[in-house]
Amino acid sequence: MSEESNLSRRDVLKLGTAGALGLAGSYFLNNLAPFSTSVKAQSHRPNHSKMNHNQMVGNMTKTSGYKMAEKLLTTFDYGKVSKLPTGQTLREYEIVAIDKEIEIAEGIKFPGWTYNGTIPGPTFRCTEGDLLRFHFINQGSHPHSVHFHGIHPPEMDGLVPISPGQKFTYEFEAKPYGMQIYHCHILPLARHIHKGLYGNFIIDPKTPREPALELNMVMNGFDLDLDGENDFYTVNGYAFAFMNYPIKVKKDQLVRIYLSNLTEFDLLNSFHLHANYFTYYPTGRNDNPSQFTDTIMQCQGERGILEMRFPYKGKYMFHAHVSEFAELGWMGFFEAE
Amino acid sequence: MNLKWIISGLIPLVLLIGVLALVLINGAGIEKDPAAPVEVLNIERIKVTYEGFELSVSNTGPETLTISQVIVDDSVWNFSVSPDPTLNRFEDGKITISYPWVMGDPHAIKIITENGIITEGEIAAATLTPEASWSNFLNYGFIGFYVGIVPITLGLLWYPFMKRFKRKWINAILALTVGLLLFLFVGTLADGFEIGAEAPSVYQGNMLVIIGAALTFLLLIGFDQYQQKKQEAKGYSPFKIAFLMATGIGLHNFGEGLAIGSSFALGEAALGTFLIIGFTLHNITEGIGIAAPLLKTKPSIKHFLILGTLAGAPAILGTWFGGFIFSPIWGALFLGIGAGAILQVIYVITKMLVEDHRAYKEPSVSWLNLSGFTIGMLIMYFTAFFVKF
Repeated sequence: MSEESNLSRRDVLKLGTAGALGLAGSYFLNNLAPFSTSVKAQSHRPNHSKMNHNQMVGNMTKTSGYKMAEKLLTTFDYGKVSKLPTGQTLREYEIVAIDKEIEIAEGIKFPGWTYNGTIPGPTFRCTEGDLLRFHFINQGSHPHSVHFHGIHPPEMDGLVPISPGQKFTYEFEAKPYGMQIYHCHILPLARHIHKGLYGNFIIDPKTPREPALELNMVMNGFDLDLDGENDFYTVNGYAFAFMNYPIKVKKDQLVRIYLSNLTEFDLLNSFHLHANYFTYYPTGRNDNPSQFTDTIMQCQGERGILEMRFPYKGKYMFHAHVSEFAELGWMGFFEAE
Repeated sequence: MNLKWIISGLIPLVLLIGVLALVLINGAGIEKDPAAPVEVLNIERIKVTYEGFELSVSNTGPETLTISQVIVDDSVWNFSVSPDPTLNRFEDGKITISYPWVMGDPHAIKIITENGIITEGEIAAATLTPEASWSNFLNYGFIGFYVGIVPITLGLLWYPFMKRFKRKWINAILALTVGLLLFLFVGTLADGFEIGAEAPSVYQGNMLVIIGAALTFLLLIGFDQYQQKKQEAKGYSPFKIAFLMATGIGLHNFGEGLAIGSSFALGEAALGTFLIIGFTLHNITEGIGIAAPLLKTKPSIKHFLILGTLAGAPAILGTWFGGFIFSPIWGALFLGIGAGAILQVIYVITKMLVEDHRAYKEPSVSWLNLSGFTIGMLIMYFTAFFVKF
């Protein structure tokens, strides 16, 4: 750089011209540039039309979680049956608390606390008036218990913690008939229940209900990062269960669903059936006012029986009517054939 | 003798390796397995495309992880990961999500790994991420041009006006320059920390800023001292100071370009437009600063063009970088370097001022200089309102 050359008036003018050109350029080119405050994106209509509910289901293989949800749908545990000298039926069940990793959505492992290795636990079933013995073994890492809904002596209510490695037998007569639930009742309650210690408990009336295709459904949720909000909402513990493989029913066949809500952290959950109506019996009681509807809601611990027939062949969707819950996993299909 | 000396050096080293091996084999003796899986997934960039979203992610945790589910706006969504949903340590992946995003709406993306670890990403206002096309490239370049080169050149135009000043007034302008630069230094550092905080924690973004600033400062000072010793020259050549200033300010302007480019890329066009106006006004003062050391010399127009380009052109590079390839790690490093370069210029000008006043047996912090310094700070403070709203 030489310091001899002088800055002449002409140079200053040149410099000014450069600046003016820049300003002019910035003004005019700004109109050409797409950086105005209202940026226009192209419509993505073609993108929309590609999307349907398949958008939310993963691959078509049945993973372990999917199989668990399917098994819980139709499996009822009637216990080991024998007759007492009095003529009363005795049912003995084994219920074991186990820490187990459960697949709750495709590829997602949840460190669960389970009854008999599934979330929800087994669906216990008996008839009103039976004597029930639940042999509970705690093989988990924390004290647990089993608290049954229904009418029974308070000392059988499952408020006493059973330490890891300990056993306890809950014994009581099955009453009243209807739809019950059971769950762990050890503090902190929310943690013990959310981890997976719950299930359905059905006491059939002495006069059997009309024969039907009977299904068991527990609405639940999973909070992965423990921020008090569920990351997945599921039925029988698996997100989008019955989406890829709809529940098969026969046209006009009576379908009976034992439905309960054991979702933690949310006040309510709901069940909505597409293209059809059902009769709802709260707490599974015929003497309760029933409803003929396509949507019901249940608060935590509430349960009931749904009865329906499918008048047309084809796929009927069911899901939580809270869109968020539905899109986070609580959604599936019936298929009438 | 020599062997003994080498052995004495090796013994602690061998022992150290022994201890490390012991710890690696037996663990620290507290617990072998961590209580919860340690999985760290880092979202580096979210691209909004016509089809949906494209996320660049990297596994910066100590363990291999598998991406199992993606939830967009509280809805489980289909996705694909290339090359594979399972990412090894420090492996990068690209998650493609086909999603009907809504123009201008915020969108939240949750990525859930096999072990239920959730990583969240956010799109403040959805708009198509600019593609690296020729026209976009040019447009970003123009923004950089009129944010960087234009205002600095305009500032340099004050040169003939300032040239008639007396020595004391020139020194006051230099003090004003120090004020401007100090403001820029703090601002650049703060921007660096802000961007650095977004970088994956393994890379320690904030330390990157400090390292960048400290090393640049010391390197420039060292280089400067070496040059002076070599040339046996007395004092600083005004051109060199102006040159150094232009370089430091250039790196700072790179950061400004980065801010503008990335705000457009993140869909915040309104913010981007404000930044352009703000930085343009702001940068006029930088031109004055660069011209100040030259007041006692006779520079040619070529010098001004070089200085203006040097200080302004990095803004163009910044907008390109911010708009097309922005990564917080590089952003933090560049801003750190910028801060270091500005600090060195502050050091040089202050030293020059002090020496000049000492030669005339005057106090260096005169009322005039103090006023200049204060005005410099205030100019920056108030013009910065345009940038920060």
